[in-house]
Amino acid sequence: MTVRRMNYREAVREALREALARDKRVFLMGEDVNRYGGAYACSLGLPAEFGDERIRDAPLSESAFVGAGIGAALGGMRPIVEIMTINFSLLALDQIVNSAATLRHMSGGQFSVPIVIRMATGAGRQLAAQHSHSLEGWYGHIPGIRVLAPATVADARGMLWPALLDPDPVVIMEHATLYNDEDELPAEGDMSVDITKAAKRREGSDATVIAHSASVKKALNAAEMLAGEGIDCEVIDLRILRPLDDETIVASVRKTHRAVIVDEAWRSGSLAAEISSRITEQAFYDLDGAVERVCSAEVPIPYPKHLEQAALPQPQSIAAAVRKAMRR
Amino acid sequence: MRNIADDRVHLTREHAVELLRQMTRIRRFEEKCAELYTQEKIRGFLHLYIGEEANAVGVISALAEDEAIVATYREHGHALVRGLPMSEVMAEMFGKAAGSSRGRGGSMHIFSARHRFFGGNAIVAGGLPLAVGLALADKMLGIERATCCFFGEGAAAEGEFHESLNLAALWHLPVLFVCENNLYAMGTALARSQSNPSISTRAAVYGIASEAVDGMNVVDVEAAARRAVHAVRRGEGPRFIEAKTYRFRAHSMFDADLYREKAEIEAWKKRDPLTLFSDWALSAGVLHPDDRQEIEVDVAREIDTAVGFAEAAEWEPVEDLATDVVSPRPETEP
Ligand SMILES: Cc1ncc(C[n+]2csc(CCOP(=O)(O)OP(=O)(O)O)c2C)c(N)n1
Repeated sequence: MTVRRMNYREAVREALREALARDKRVFLMGEDVNRYGGAYACSLGLPAEFGDERIRDAPLSESAFVGAGIGAALGGMRPIVEIMTINFSLLALDQIVNSAATLRHMSGGQFSVPIVIRMATGAGRQLAAQHSHSLEGWYGHIPGIRVLAPATVADARGMLWPALLDPDPVVIMEHATLYNDEDELPAEGDMSVDITKAAKRREGSDATVIAHSASVKKALNAAEMLAGEGIDCEVIDLRILRPLDDETIVASVRKTHRAVIVDEAWRSGSLAAEISSRITEQAFYDLDGAVERVCSAEVPIPYPKHLEQAALPQPQSIAAAVRKAMRR
Repeated sequence: MRNIADDRVHLTREHAVELLRQMTRIRRFEEKCAELYTQEKIRGFLHLYIGEEANAVGVISALAEDEAIVATYREHGHALVRGLPMSEVMAEMFGKAAGSSRGRGGSMHIFSARHRFFGGNAIVAGGLPLAVGLALADKMLGIERATCCFFGEGAAAEGEFHESLNLAALWHLPVLFVCENNLYAMGTALARSQSNPSISTRAAVYGIASEAVDGMNVVDVEAAARRAVHAVRRGEGPRFIEAKTYRFRAHSMFDADLYREKAEIEAWKKRDPLTLFSDWALSAGVLHPDDRQEIEVDVAREIDTAVGFAEAAEWEPVEDLATDVVSPRPETEP
């Protein structure tokens, strides 16, 4: 099988191109998606292929254009709405939570909202407290939506089409530090991936490290460090933040008997807290010790590099948590 | 001493020197910042104000020192004109503990309580409601002064813009709204984002007296600001200024600037606010021939000092990371 290299940004772009070409109802809408090419350059070049109508620049009005996306989905279109970053998605939270997520149930199943909302998330680029937060756990709290977190180039390439086939709202979280990551993908064939299951990124027997998005790489780095100490970690990439794939998580913990959860969000009320609860609810007697969590320091993310990095989970802190779980 | 009691501009030589000096400080400071960015001394997002200096200088010249300013992420100029020491602003750009926000905010989040400079807001339109609230507090406390809010024309599409204008007008609050219309919100041209490209008419719908002004002409801007701020102080409710201006540089250091014509940029550069003003003032005899050079020399010295200060300043210790997330509990616990 021939392969080709591409980065995460190119994978997102190719997925957009595929979707636009496959279904006439698909269009991309958001701030600076057209003339600027997208804040993270994901739609660069697409206007020439698909035109201004389908690569639609929206003014700075997150609530209105996300709401309009929901309306367009109700009206028979298949909108992909890009929000520059999760921080600005707060201006659209009302439409996402009060409209997109509720409409199906609230209408007694009459309407569904087949919208895909993409946004960049996460810290690590010294953008300070209004551009660096990891609020995807908040979205994971909401019934009625599916939340995806592609951590790999293959997932960035393959999650969009299945998300568009989903009859309900899907939110895709793209970590801003991943866009330049490169990997090999098959040169041709169907790139679609499963959007219901977590994935095992490393097989191991001593402890399960559960992570998502950019933290998966950090978890894998920690696992390599620990391998040198004779600790064999299994690394689970959540991929789907809602609904969580309990089965994969619990099966791994039953095997390793130890769990460490890595989450770039704050610890309090986090996705990490939810996963920890599910493990204790479903695998309590399989555990050899308390579930450990590695989360961000409970501070707004600061600008200087040394403070920002100190606030975030790191391979070292993940490794330390695994050692603690192993009582080493 | 700044003369704020007058509702008209008096262009004495002293005042002309001050206007040019402030615009020059911003210009040279930011040119230095761009250089420091390529040396990786300054990181993250850096949004330069070059080309728009006449607006901060003209408006803030009309404000009293205790009249609050709310600005955006493109706020280095506003901070400098408001009187934050350049060394503190530069140290903030570096992320050093001696910076105006202890280095925690960087370029986008310059704050100074002692200068009543309320940031440094990087959520577009997020500053407008804050300005409305600051003015509300003044009104409720019986303090007669204006609050000044700067934002770009991109903000005018946000709900918060409209909600804030309505509140300010409805409650008759002492706010001066200043829209710095540089024609582009990132790569989106005004005509591609606004059904009606005249921003000042938006204010009129809410019953707010508004004026559009040449934002490349510092005297025009100051004159408009003096008229507006006096009306605001007199209790006539909010006022709105739309300053028509242009940014000469890209939106941020990440922007390849592919969405506008080079010729358009060059045409605007012919109306550079610094040369426009100094050429006119020289020919009118308001400025003396040596003034321009003296200002440049002074400013260069000030920038050297600020860079030296920022270089030498300490990083905040990692142990302090979690300080000031919340205030200390008041001592009188029940
Ligand atoms: C609510 C929100 N949406 C999007 C952004 C990203 N963003 C930052 S600046 C900007 C353009 C703003 O343009 P304008 O208000 O005209 O101000 P200018 O940058 O031209 O000074 C955008 C889209 C943001 N910071 N906040």
